[in-house]
Amino acid sequence: MAQIFHRSFNVLSRVSIFGAVFFLAALAWVFGTLDRSPYVTNADVVREQPIPFSHRHHVAGLGIDCRYCHTSVETSAFAGIPPTKTCMNCHSQIWSDSPMLEPVRASFREDRPIRWTRVNDLPDFTYFNHSIHVTRGIGCVTCHGRVDQMPLTYQEHPLLMEWCLDCHRDPGQHVRPRGEVFNMSWEPPAEPLQVGRSPLPDHDARQATDCWTCHR
Amino acid sequence: MASPERNAPGGEGLIDPAHDYASVTDKISAFVLTHRTPRGWFIGFGISFLLLMGLLAAVGYLVARGTGIWGVNQPVGWGFAIINFVWWIGIGHAGTLISAILLLLKQEWRTSINRFAEAMTLFAVACAGLYPILHLGRPWLFYWLLPYPNTMNLWPQFRSPLIWDVFAVSTYATVSLLFWYVGLIPDLATLRDRSRRRLAQVGYGVLAMGWRGSAIHWHRYETAYLLLAGLATPLVVSVHTVVSFDFTISIIPGWHSTIFPPYFVAGAIYSGFAMVMTLAIPIRSFYGVGDFITMRHLDNMAKVMLATGLIVAYGYLTEIFIAWYSAVPVEQYMAVNRMRGPYAPLFWGLILTNVIIPQALWSRRVRSSVAALFVLSLIVNVGMWLERFVIVVTSLHRDYLPSSWGMYYPTRWDWLTYAGTIGLFLSLLFLFLRFLPMISISETRALISKAEGEVE
Amino acid sequence: MSGGPRDRLRIDVARARAAMAGRDGSPWRGLEEIAGTPEFEEFLHREFPHNASEWLDPAGRRDFLRLMAASLALAGFGACTRQPAETIVPYVQPPEEIVPGKPLYFATAMTMAGYSTGLLVESHMGRPTKVEGNPGHPASLGATDHFAQASVLTLYDPDRSQVVTHRGAISTWNGFLGALAADMQLRAASRGAGLRILTEQVGSPTLASLLRQVTALLPEARWHQYEPFAHETETRAARTAFGAPLHTWYRPQAAGVILSLDADLIGCGPGSLRYAREIASRRRAEAAGAGMSRLYVVESGMSVTGSVADHRLALAPSEIERFARALAAALGVIGPGDAPGLAPAHEAWLRPLAADLQRARGSSLVAAGPRQPAAVHVLTHAINERLGNVGATVIRTDPVLPDPDGGLPSLQTLVQDMDAGKVDTLIVIGGNPAYTAPAGLGFAASLSKVKLSIRLGLYDDETSALCGWHLPEAHFLEAWGDGRAFDGTAGIQQPLIAPLYSGRSAMELISAVLGRPGVTGHALVREQWRRARPEEPEASWRRWLHDGVIDGTRPPPRDAQVRAEALAGVAAAGPGPAPPQGDLEVVFLPDHGAWDGAFSNNGWLQELPRPITKLTWDNAALIAPATAERLGLASEDLAELTLDGRAVRVPVWIVPGMAPGAVELTLGYGRRRAGRIGTGPGYDACAVLPGSTARAYPGAALRGTRERYPLACTQTHHSMEGRGLVRWAPLSRYAEQPDFAHHQEHGGPGPELSMYREWKYDGYAWGMAIDLGACHGCNACVTACQSENNIPVVGKEQVMLGREMHWIRVDRYFEGSIDDPMVHHQPLPCMHCEHAPCEVVCPVAATTHSDEGLNQMVYNRCVGTRYCSNNCPYKVRRFNFLLYSDWTTPSLKMLRNPDVTVRSRGVMEKCTYCVQRINAARIDAKNEDRRIRDGEVTPACAQACPAQAIVFGDLNDPGSRVRRLKEMPLEYGLLDEINTRPRTTYLARVTNPHPEMPPPAAPEAGGHGEP
Repeated sequence: MAQIFHRSFNVLSRVSIFGAVFFLAALAWVFGTLDRSPYVTNADVVREQPIPFSHRHHVAGLGIDCRYCHTSVETSAFAGIPPTKTCMNCHSQIWSDSPMLEPVRASFREDRPIRWTRVNDLPDFTYFNHSIHVTRGIGCVTCHGRVDQMPLTYQEHPLLMEWCLDCHRDPGQHVRPRGEVFNMSWEPPAEPLQVGRSPLPDHDARQATDCWTCHR
Repeated sequence: MASPERNAPGGEGLIDPAHDYASVTDKISAFVLTHRTPRGWFIGFGISFLLLMGLLAAVGYLVARGTGIWGVNQPVGWGFAIINFVWWIGIGHAGTLISAILLLLKQEWRTSINRFAEAMTLFAVACAGLYPILHLGRPWLFYWLLPYPNTMNLWPQFRSPLIWDVFAVSTYATVSLLFWYVGLIPDLATLRDRSRRRLAQVGYGVLAMGWRGSAIHWHRYETAYLLLAGLATPLVVSVHTVVSFDFTISIIPGWHSTIFPPYFVAGAIYSGFAMVMTLAIPIRSFYGVGDFITMRHLDNMAKVMLATGLIVAYGYLTEIFIAWYSAVPVEQYMAVNRMRGPYAPLFWGLILTNVIIPQALWSRRVRSSVAALFVLSLIVNVGMWLERFVIVVTSLHRDYLPSSWGMYYPTRWDWLTYAGTIGLFLSLLFLFLRFLPMISISETRALISKAEGEVE
Repeated sequence: MSGGPRDRLRIDVARARAAMAGRDGSPWRGLEEIAGTPEFEEFLHREFPHNASEWLDPAGRRDFLRLMAASLALAGFGACTRQPAETIVPYVQPPEEIVPGKPLYFATAMTMAGYSTGLLVESHMGRPTKVEGNPGHPASLGATDHFAQASVLTLYDPDRSQVVTHRGAISTWNGFLGALAADMQLRAASRGAGLRILTEQVGSPTLASLLRQVTALLPEARWHQYEPFAHETETRAARTAFGAPLHTWYRPQAAGVILSLDADLIGCGPGSLRYAREIASRRRAEAAGAGMSRLYVVESGMSVTGSVADHRLALAPSEIERFARALAAALGVIGPGDAPGLAPAHEAWLRPLAADLQRARGSSLVAAGPRQPAAVHVLTHAINERLGNVGATVIRTDPVLPDPDGGLPSLQTLVQDMDAGKVDTLIVIGGNPAYTAPAGLGFAASLSKVKLSIRLGLYDDETSALCGWHLPEAHFLEAWGDGRAFDGTAGIQQPLIAPLYSGRSAMELISAVLGRPGVTGHALVREQWRRARPEEPEASWRRWLHDGVIDGTRPPPRDAQVRAEALAGVAAAGPGPAPPQGDLEVVFLPDHGAWDGAFSNNGWLQELPRPITKLTWDNAALIAPATAERLGLASEDLAELTLDGRAVRVPVWIVPGMAPGAVELTLGYGRRRAGRIGTGPGYDACAVLPGSTARAYPGAALRGTRERYPLACTQTHHSMEGRGLVRWAPLSRYAEQPDFAHHQEHGGPGPELSMYREWKYDGYAWGMAIDLGACHGCNACVTACQSENNIPVVGKEQVMLGREMHWIRVDRYFEGSIDDPMVHHQPLPCMHCEHAPCEVVCPVAATTHSDEGLNQMVYNRCVGTRYCSNNCPYKVRRFNFLLYSDWTTPSLKMLRNPDVTVRSRGVMEKCTYCVQRINAARIDAKNEDRRIRDGEVTPACAQACPAQAIVFGDLNDPGSRVRRLKEMPLEYGLLDEINTRPRTTYLARVTNPHPEMPPPAAPEAGGHGEP
């Protein structure tokens, strides 16, 4: 009786059987990477904005403090996006006829707000509060990156839950003196803060990682 | 003890004495290879397939609208989904039990029923496996129950019996599948060699994984099969034990009880055998394989049913006794409510179908009547379903605070889903009957050789 | 089912809003600006679809749902949910005060039936989202009722009328003002002849003075008031008794013995919040002892007040007057000859009562209800004088309402004038007379005789349908106004938001009638008070706005005496003939949810279980068990009720403890034109409401039809089954065994018995104590919770399936005989157990234990196994079986509390102890490097509770109030025998029965711990 299969099928079958293991592993890896990729997290993606606002120019170039525009960052959950008025404080004098700034002037003229695109956007079921992070000594840079070096603003970190928890469990490596919070270029002191223990005297990792601290 | 079987007039033995190697192989493989597919098969498969489509519709609507299309509510959070899950899992017990435990116990009578018993097990587990996913409020997130490294840095909650279920059921499904498949390999090879059509040859060939029936093949096969049997045996007990934990771990009166594991397992075997019987008898007469599935088989299965049925009955009694003995008012109320409350008819129906009627099996005349056995097995299937309904619903609908007592009524979507899974089960079964040897050729031949060995 | 049409409607709303937005950038102003455009016409016709039900029909859900489910499914399987891009829209010119993310609170006031209650309203970025009581306001003291809580939903109700219509066609305010001006010139010519203005009971001084200006300017014009549940009887009685329409209010706190003659002091009516607080203050756990007050209630129905009474006597309405006379005689107010004889049982009840009142001279209180005839009120005045209560517990002042006679008589004269053709122009302001007017009056028919009829109303309702012009009214949160509390204290009502639907207030309309259309409500109110308080500087106006109260406006007490001849007249008149045996007397009441129909379209109130019956979404004819037996009726039987030859088909509901022969009907249902929710449910009691000032009518007949009418009841089982759930004892037992509560439980494991290690709480340990002696089941907590936590409404069908979503419920149990039961109310939020059964069974750790002892429920992690709910012995968890939250209606999005996630379908939810408030307080405290102070965090339920029955706080703080309460011997945990160790515990109820009274029900001997 004629052979149904060519002898090469022996090899083939063996390979496919053992290969399955590696295939599955690869699949798992793909998913894991995809979940953390910019495609999902939008990290490092520059968002289209009505006006190509440059933090580098305003912060690094002109040395404007974060709080000049983000006024409620120390008191409220929401850091605050500057009203058109704030832009016009300067731009009614300087660059007052630059075409790039026309939308700002239009907004001011017609009393119609500018619609910015959110860059750092958490899910709606996650309640982030700026004021507490600022008072506990988490620098702007820690989450937002070197905004002062961003010609166009993008999201520095993945903002995934694992990323938040990493700090909530042990903020030791991230906290800085209260005075340095808004300092873009602050470097931690040479001798590292004692690892594993938070320098915040009353930081309660359990409280900081309770579900309802962020979700409710 | 084998020789009298050999000589006994047809029926009492494990196989018709007229058979020899060739005839066995011819007959069984013929169903798959040469016979024209009977019209009955098409009709049966057609009906099952329609039901299966019903399942698709029900599931589609479920995903679109939400769990609310079912009858579940406050306080009865679990309804048909869990009832049917437990019921199917229970049914899924016979196969592995027959194959593994009876194999280890060297019970030869298992031989001609084990193949489709195992198949049935797989299909039942497939149906059961659907329910825990469907009954989720957000079924598309079922994979959160699996432990895998994720971006949320979260793991499942290992104290929850539902997580244990995930492992128990999936393990059971995997092992049963392997067991069944390994058992199939020699027969697949037989089919490969006997089939004339290229497609069949290739198909069966691939599945047979190059089986040549050499001595070394047989040797390894036997060892693997035995090992798998050893693996499967504890699972038979573990699966339903874990399933029963879903209830025992909770604090609901009527659930929170240590009797559950043993009496769930007994119940599972009970219903499993009932289902095997329900399937065996029609197949037997339809395909005329009475010479392989003899009265002896049916008799043994009936005895197993009788035994496990009694264990289950004992479980019911213990529940009631403990409720009284515990002197816990809520427990006592639960027991009384089962017997006297709004769901009392179901409870008494369960006693009738599961405890009283099966006592008929004591009589040899009943055990030797195919028709009677068939009806009985159906009744027990119904009874075991009622048991799950009573356990799930009557405990939940009136628990601790009278203020939040309520009733549970299944909706048409509950029923459609249930009927749908039966459709899935039967569809798979029909495909199995059509494309695979329903009775193990190799083992049956082994049986003959053994018998002959004894004659000479 | 009816999903199709509604889907289209919703899309059109969106489109029309877009169109409007396109025109002036603000969707919320000036609908008429785009009147006439085709899409607007279309939008409008679809905007008022009658018999369409928003939430009623779960199967009628939006297609949107299916799409979302599908996309969610894909997202889920893909394991990577990508966020859609969001936009941030900052201000152009930043307004003062507003810090994005921080709410602001403004004082305002809500007026019902003429009397106003002070409120503090939470505003997020200019959107009022939550109503709280104003602690500085005498009628509130920080508490609110469920109506105030639900008023924000009415504000954002998409069914509110949004545009001026003339004979059903779209018009504009300018169009109307033109027509009005023209007509007013004619009226002026005839000194106002033919001009009639019909208002609700007016409480606002400003509005009243404007109306008086109208009648002064046009002497022939008339101002009528009609309020279905006005207090005209009291006024009439006061005129008889004192010769002046004096106003009476009470100080229950000073009363040791209180007798209510059919007066629902705590339940409803002006001052009920204040009365509830004061009565509770002498009956709560801390007060248990010598100073405890005793509450007697004589009533025909089962009212909230009656349900918490120490002694309650159920009498048919007509018998209550006889009882009052007998009491008056027993106290020597009238001659014994003038008193009718009482049944021996009632006699036995009256004797000790009279003695008790005598003993408590000067510190007792007798109150008569609005449904009682004037005679009873006169007698009550006399009794209180006789007992020396006047000035101590009973205060008499000059009338608080500008015109207290408002009521049916006023409406009757108007109808006569209309029939006589004397009325050319009728302006109907608020109310809904076409629905609430007694059927016998034929108001609707007469209204059609009026040439020019103008209606200002929140809804385009039955009355608007009959009027030529309909004008959208501004909601009280959108308009300036003022009002007076039950004790006369005046307060300013300031708007929280510009009118959403171009509505205007009553005073603005009247100002237009006076020929000053442009004047704003603010100007009018400011002007009124500048005139009233000329010497006050601008600063005090700002203070009034801030406080919500105008100091020094409470009228001083008047020491008026009941005139002897008045009393003699009443005595001589006699009680009237006793009704024949087996007669049915019908009592008409405002509905606990829909009131007189004003809240028919409010889903929160529709779905609010009524305190005693626990019915939702319907009204029913309430009857006593005995009556039901006699008539062979059962609950949910559809019966035909005949009264004065008029008939209405009503479902019957049996209420234990009601007086045999009494039938209670509530208004507010059977609406024909109320909106998507209010149109349809229930039956119209006004159809049989006879046109007389009485509120109880004999000679009714109730005949069962063969049909049944299913009612949605949230609690179908009424007995505690001998399980010590609500624990209580009379004062005498409490005296000898203060910890009796612990002897009414079933022996259980000690708290040390646990397989898991104990939790440690180094920081805060939140806990709650609920005082069963103070709670009277008014439901304020339920609505407050619904408002605070974005809890959806599910509709009648879903409630009937047992799927209501309330996070806190009030369980109501009956104890004792079915004819004279004892009633218990037990609020049930999440217990936040130390050994929470729900936590161990969740497979995905969606419900966990926080380090402050909270039992956390994380919606976004929940996959919906419902195992936690099964395993919760208290059944406080709620599951989104379908998509219950409204994700599409734009106006409802503005209503949401931004600090609480809006739940989607398939997830479990439950009480969180208002964790958003805890977190806010914790963050503030940490920012200021301090601990949270006691009382800094108050959950919505505790904040709303009029009786302060719910106390919340930190158990680790030795000074906290909750800690003190939990250390009381009365404290016990619900089901503590199963060792869940709840954080929410109860204070057992102590009653104060009179030893010589016929004994009430004995506590169910729950359990084997009984010594």
